[in-house]
Amino acid sequence: MSTTGPIPVGPPSPDASPVVDLQGVSVVYGRQLALRDVSAAFPSGAVGLLGPNGAGKSTMLKALLGFIAPTQGRMRVLGLDVTTSALEIRSRIGYMPESDAHIPGMSAVAFVAYCGQLAGLPDADAMQRAHEVLYYVGLGEARYRNVETYSTGMKQRIKLAQALVHDPDLLFLDEPTNGMDPKGRDEMLVLIRDLAQNKGVNLIVSSHLLPDIEFTCDHVVVMDKGAMVAQGTLDAVKGPQMQVFELRVKDDAERMVGLLRAAGYECHDTDDDVMRVFVPGESGAAAIFGLAASHGLQVRHLRQSVPTLEDAFARVVGGA
Amino acid sequence: MPIHDQGYQRYAGSRARTGAAWQVIALAGIRTVLSERKFLGLLLLSWVPFLVRAVQVYLAANFQQASFLAPKGETFREFLETQSIFVFFITIYVGSGLIAADRRANALQLYLAKPLSRWEYVAGKAAVLFVFLVFVTFAPAVLLLLVQIGFAGSLSFVRQNLYLVPAITLYSLAQVLLASSTMLALSSLSKSSRFVGVMYSGLIFFTAALFNAVRGVTGQTWLAFLSPSDVLEQLGDAIFRQPPRFDMPVWLAATVVLVLIGGSAWVLERRVRAVEVVS
Repeated sequence: MSTTGPIPVGPPSPDASPVVDLQGVSVVYGRQLALRDVSAAFPSGAVGLLGPNGAGKSTMLKALLGFIAPTQGRMRVLGLDVTTSALEIRSRIGYMPESDAHIPGMSAVAFVAYCGQLAGLPDADAMQRAHEVLYYVGLGEARYRNVETYSTGMKQRIKLAQALVHDPDLLFLDEPTNGMDPKGRDEMLVLIRDLAQNKGVNLIVSSHLLPDIEFTCDHVVVMDKGAMVAQGTLDAVKGPQMQVFELRVKDDAERMVGLLRAAGYECHDTDDDVMRVFVPGESGAAAIFGLAASHGLQVRHLRQSVPTLEDAFARVVGGA
Repeated sequence: MPIHDQGYQRYAGSRARTGAAWQVIALAGIRTVLSERKFLGLLLLSWVPFLVRAVQVYLAANFQQASFLAPKGETFREFLETQSIFVFFITIYVGSGLIAADRRANALQLYLAKPLSRWEYVAGKAAVLFVFLVFVTFAPAVLLLLVQIGFAGSLSFVRQNLYLVPAITLYSLAQVLLASSTMLALSSLSKSSRFVGVMYSGLIFFTAALFNAVRGVTGQTWLAFLSPSDVLEQLGDAIFRQPPRFDMPVWLAATVVLVLIGGSAWVLERRVRAVEVVS
């Protein structure tokens, strides 16, 4: 399924003024059009920036930081224009980049304190906050170790620490769980949710991992191929309440998909030969059985499921 | 992992105005370099010529038999020429990793996500090299002048050579700015400090060898503009009112220095970015 434009969904944010606002932004990266006429509003709180690799998520964050100048369009962050107030904006935001990044030759606490000083904190305050933030992200015991000796998971945490040290109003987290083991990933997600829910920090979490966004965010902006394809609250983006069924048929799955689509049902393949079928109304299971029986197809598995963000994602980016 | 709620609180303290971050970068860089014993040894070694000259000044001022050692205007020119070897080594030691190491660690995006401009970043890095190069050129040369005044007990030498203070300042500045800007530009081109050091050495030695080869073939010394180190020497001769060693006009020497500094700034403008666009 393909979409022709962004799907405006969900009620307006409780806070009417968005923390980030893009209007018709296009970015050309080398010869590639990385963002295509993107208009999006990120409300306060935790907002997921969702999309497959190459969708333009990181490009959008880098444009908002002023790293890349858009060829057209306007961007506002915390009410300030990115073109004219880049330094003021950067003093109020924290950025956790996707790739490994550190200042070479420094211990963790020196690195984080240094980042605080760069953001304008006095030396003593920067050092105090470096200790606090390192404890907060779970690196308290390792804070005197050189960052270059850290594991991948620890490097993710120290990137979060350096983004937090100057107490930003808005955090850009670019693939924050990249390369982390399952336990570390869960811990990182708990941290991110705590920041948004208990510490009053606005977040934009860029990820291609739908569960991460579902766990941490209230709102979501979905990107695909450089364009914004949907935005709204999680519930709204998940779509209207439909019955969702996991379905597996004997042998001719492709024919069944064709039949379901011809009958007006949404249907997506998954990796496990199990398709997910979206059925409006109440007569879902009976309708599917009836359709299969009337065409001589044998249903091997049919179970009602719960609509997830992955379903919505597959729907708006037009594929399974 | 437990979340230490007490460990993260909103910050209510003061913040510095934007535009001061280059000082943070410079101080951190200076501290890092000074923490290395090898570098401290090199710094001490760079002051040996000063000690030798100071002893000569002392002997000339206090012993009639050593009056031939009395400093002249050209003494300071020769002194700064001697120091150029230390300028070379300190430039490589301090400068080669200044930007290259940040590029290797992807640190540029961290720096530039903070409230500082690209030119503040460059200024902070340049300040590290600038401080140490001034420490081995301008500082000992001026101190040598003060030593001369102290041992002679009069200002007569300085009065007779009033051009010396501006000459020392101008020539030191030319040495330091040329070395700093060239090295920073080279450092921004690679992620390997060693490779940057090799590039800088190559730039100095290859161009000097090229000039000497061309001079050997043509017999023309105005071609000294091919070698930045020889250009600087020619400029130094003019600044210190010494007979020029090459047939190259001073304006050409000054132009070459300015072009090299401007070219370095152009390279830095292209290379110091948070995002590298590979086309």
